[in-house]
Amino acid sequence: MTDLPLHGAMPEARPARSILDLDPRTRARNRAEARFRAYGLGALLVGLFFLVLLLGSILLNGLSAFTQTRIQLPVELLESELDPQGTRDPAVIGETSSLGYGDLIEAAMVQAVAAAGVPTAIEPGDLEDILSPGAGAQIREAVLRDPSLIGQTVTFDLLASSRVDGYVKGRVTRESLANDRNLRPEHLDIVDAMREAGTIERGFNADFITGADASERRPEEAGMGVAMIGSLYTMLVVLALSLPIGVAASIYLEEFAPKNRFTDLIEVNIANLAAVPSIVYGILGLAVFIQFMGLPQSAPLVGGLVLTLLTLPTIIIATRASLKAVPPSIRDAALGVGASKMQSVFHHVLPLAIPGIMTGTIIGMAHALGETAPLLLIGMVGFVASNYPNGALDGFTSPNSAMPAQIYEWAKRADPAFYERAWGGIVILLVFLLLMNLAAVLVRRRFERRW
Amino acid sequence: MPLGWLLLLVLLIAAAGYVMGRRRALSGAGGDTRAMHSLPGAYGWNVAMAVLIPSLLLMAAWTAVAPSVIDRMVAPMVADQGDPALVMSDVRRVARGLVILDEGFDTIAAEGLRDRLASVGVAVGQDVSESTLAAAERYDILAARSSWLLTALTLAIAGGAAAWALRRTTPDLRARNEVERGIQGLLIAAALVAIATTIGIVLALIFNTIKFFQLYPATDFFFGLTWSPSFGGGSELGILPLIWGTLYISFISLLVAVPLGLLSAVYLSEYASHRVRAWAKPMLEVLAGIPSIVYGLFALLTVGPALLAVFGDGGLGWMDGGTAVMTAGLVMGIMLIPFVSSLSDDIINAVPQAMRDGSLGLGATPSETIRQVVLPAALPGIAGAVLLAASRSIGETMIVVLGAGAAAKLSLNPFEAMTTITAKIVSQLTGDQDFSSPEALVAFALGMTLFVVTLCLNILALWIVRRYREQYE
Repeated sequence: MTDLPLHGAMPEARPARSILDLDPRTRARNRAEARFRAYGLGALLVGLFFLVLLLGSILLNGLSAFTQTRIQLPVELLESELDPQGTRDPAVIGETSSLGYGDLIEAAMVQAVAAAGVPTAIEPGDLEDILSPGAGAQIREAVLRDPSLIGQTVTFDLLASSRVDGYVKGRVTRESLANDRNLRPEHLDIVDAMREAGTIERGFNADFITGADASERRPEEAGMGVAMIGSLYTMLVVLALSLPIGVAASIYLEEFAPKNRFTDLIEVNIANLAAVPSIVYGILGLAVFIQFMGLPQSAPLVGGLVLTLLTLPTIIIATRASLKAVPPSIRDAALGVGASKMQSVFHHVLPLAIPGIMTGTIIGMAHALGETAPLLLIGMVGFVASNYPNGALDGFTSPNSAMPAQIYEWAKRADPAFYERAWGGIVILLVFLLLMNLAAVLVRRRFERRW
Repeated sequence: MPLGWLLLLVLLIAAAGYVMGRRRALSGAGGDTRAMHSLPGAYGWNVAMAVLIPSLLLMAAWTAVAPSVIDRMVAPMVADQGDPALVMSDVRRVARGLVILDEGFDTIAAEGLRDRLASVGVAVGQDVSESTLAAAERYDILAARSSWLLTALTLAIAGGAAAWALRRTTPDLRARNEVERGIQGLLIAAALVAIATTIGIVLALIFNTIKFFQLYPATDFFFGLTWSPSFGGGSELGILPLIWGTLYISFISLLVAVPLGLLSAVYLSEYASHRVRAWAKPMLEVLAGIPSIVYGLFALLTVGPALLAVFGDGGLGWMDGGTAVMTAGLVMGIMLIPFVSSLSDDIINAVPQAMRDGSLGLGATPSETIRQVVLPAALPGIAGAVLLAASRSIGETMIVVLGAGAAAKLSLNPFEAMTTITAKIVSQLTGDQDFSSPEALVAFALGMTLFVVTLCLNILALWIVRRYREQYE
């Protein structure tokens, strides 16, 4: 071999260049590569940005619902107004309606304004606009509970009206009140002075978590408590029905079903049910459970039945996956020592699949907890949630709502003060969902076996 | 007897049956378990199941059917009182209220009864007439009779089954096989719930849709260009504007979700390091776990006003209000990103590594491999994923109820408020007890349309995805 070329001169060479230099085409391809990669990263970042935006706006708008503005107001409970005969009999005192306390509140407000030292042009009768319309009822309740208060001057911790609350939280400004019939900008001068004096304060709002829905005019009183109870009862029904039915159906399909057309039909059916729009389940519940069977409207029992049908496909799919993950050697070993097929499944396969089943069930329940549309159709709308159920069993059948339906109800209302409640409701709902998903993750981490 | 007590009684009979069956089998074998076919417990379970299954079935069937049977027997008595559904609910309330008032039907007068009932917390829709009272009496009698009949029948069946099963209990009885057969029957019944659900959906939709088409011509429904329901009568219920709104919104949502979801799936499965993947994928899937009501509120209160600030009067002037096709479509697109991305992720991962290696070995860059080898190979699966996403967005309710507006319009402007099939189902049916007017029944026809469309999309998508998976297995 020789270094010399065979035929004299080298062939017409391409311009000499180092292999470390990239030709224009390669550079273009590399740029295209970088661009494509950037598109992918960009898409991912946009998705994550939306997540941050969503969670951010929930927290930003929702956390303020957990605080509430209250006014400490000394009210003189005149005997001449409430109990002229001096009987102290609750039946007699009860005859004064909450409206009857208006005069007392008015007098108390006039005094409080005088004490704050603000000269004001507002009529004494309009001063109580600073307070919630429910203030009378709040005082009346306290008096009925303890009639000996009559005749004394008692300092009550009263709810401020939603506009005042909004002002303290920065939602309402003097400009926005210009066209508002509920409160005048002059009221805010009084509010400022009372805040200076410390009689108007913003504090933690436990009533939002435990309370019931309130009428359209009293956003400051509305709470999630009753709707949470409705959700709890609904979820109890879902758990009690969907877990046994789902597990039984999965065991049959995974362990016993012969491979034939009928089994195929069930399988296709379940796959399709998983993708049927949730509102169609609502129509099913309305037509079958309420129209045909005559079950009560708005009852968590019916809500639970509908959501059971809705979550069953999810639970079946998850349970089947975890049954499938149990290795056949377990079944073979059981059968080998003389267990029947049924015994091998119930004594050996099922216990090993329980972590997967639990994870699937919790996720299915979390899904059901956030479901709104079917509940609206069967009458579990938000404004129904105004009373606590009378007893433990009554909770299944007495009209109630559920958390997402309550949020929807607030989102629909005209008063922007309800929007804050809706965001706050979402915070509560998401806390529950977070806890459920955490539980699912923990169960999976702690108990799942890899074979 | 109240249902709860009856249930308790049946359970007690079953428990007693268990103990007695077990004891009988054991004593028959002289206490020697080796002489028995099955374990002692199996004999007990055999008796208990013989009691439980028929009596519980009877109770379930009875409670499901009895109310409507009673209604049908009472309804002719108050047929002249106006809307049957409302009158019957009054009859039921009067019957229940009289129990609370603790008064017999012979002493009560119809006059002033409404106020007396209201005083004990039973609200009746209209004044109680004599015939309503008579119907309530009849209702009460029938309900009591039904309850007694159920109690007697259930107890007879439970007792009879216990006696029959006990008599058969001998040590030679193949008790385990019988119990296992029973359990397998229960398992099959559970699997059949899925089929029953589908049948229930189809029947519920079909019956009410037929009722609707008897009141309102089908051609006007399917080809009508106006949607203006009025409960006073004279409504125009054309579905076309609703279909247009539905398709428009889901088109925009796919326009958002498909590129973003697909590209992030590509990035996550082909480029991202393990650490990034382990973080970013679950984060993205959080979006899928958030309930749609949250997205609805997000559309109404965050995205809508933000879009209005840009495209509204202050900006480009294309938009009149925060609720619009764009708002709903955009937010629905965000909701669908993780749905599209996790489905595409699975499909991209199913493309065999050998195909990638071949392409890379020939000198293609990773992006060329993805665009010219992986994506074409995954295309059918991705098409299936897009169809599933489309079916999701067509069936989505809360986002459009809150974000898209309420006016049914045929317009091309994406910044205008439009409405969808699902939103109208909610508005026509919520809080309504009366299913006799076309304005309420139309919701069932809408539901039927929705069900058929999504079912077709799902079947098509599942078929494509399944076929595609088989291709590489």
